[in-house]
Amino acid sequence: MVYLTRKAEFSASHYYHNPDFTPEENQRLFGKCNNPNGHGHNYTLEVTVKGEVDPRSGFVVDLKKLKEVMNREVLDAMDHRFLNKEVPEFFDHIPTTENLAIAVWQRLHPKLQQARLHRVRVYETPDLFVDFYGESD
Amino acid sequence: MSAEENLATYGKCNNPHGHGHNYALEVTVSGQVDHSTGMVCNLVDLDECVRTQVLERYNLENLNFLEEFGVTVPTTENLCIEIFEILQRRFAHAHLERVRLEETMMNSFEYAGGNGAAK
Repeated sequence: MVYLTRKAEFSASHYYHNPDFTPEENQRLFGKCNNPNGHGHNYTLEVTVKGEVDPRSGFVVDLKKLKEVMNREVLDAMDHRFLNKEVPEFFDHIPTTENLAIAVWQRLHPKLQQARLHRVRVYETPDLFVDFYGESD
Repeated sequence: MSAEENLATYGKCNNPHGHGHNYALEVTVSGQVDHSTGMVCNLVDLDECVRTQVLERYNLENLNFLEEFGVTVPTTENLCIEIFEILQRRFAHAHLERVRLEETMMNSFEYAGGNGAAK
């Protein structure tokens, strides 16, 4: 089993707000991230797939195709977007990096055929990243 | 594969004149900390093994001309597996967990043996 990781970068803006909370609760919980005008991040996405090496090609997966899927399913939808207002997953979920990693997994998982998705890692900043392995519990 | 199939599969990488990469290799070993040294293994031994067994063999070489890539395509997947197997044979001071090989800043590959899991 070989694990292959491909990186991509995208920029997006978001803010944190739960309509079930009072304004004071939102402010206390989310602090500066509660500003409704949003703020931006330069996200780094790492997508890891796993599989056996094809004896003919020497590949686990064709990197060009993986890049195309990542571009089509994730970057085209999220790069330079206001996540809360332009990406449907975040119309009713707070676009934390946790939820972003889950959303990326859910977008990629049904579209990858040659190799199995192993991990989605999203860096919000160089100091902070979230891993999601697709577990349901 | 036919010439057309090779080009379709490998694209620019099918250029018979070859192309180079600045690979970055990460080797992970595991073991209990030795009470007398405070070490899992002596990094000098690990460095020496990686240098003599891997770097001296592959650095600035045309991989396609090496015996192990005579019939096997030198994709980074296969290079990663080959390096793991070399180190597994040659490094006896700690347990080899994993080899991670970066082909570019955007691509990397990991191999932890037959059924090993990436960490």
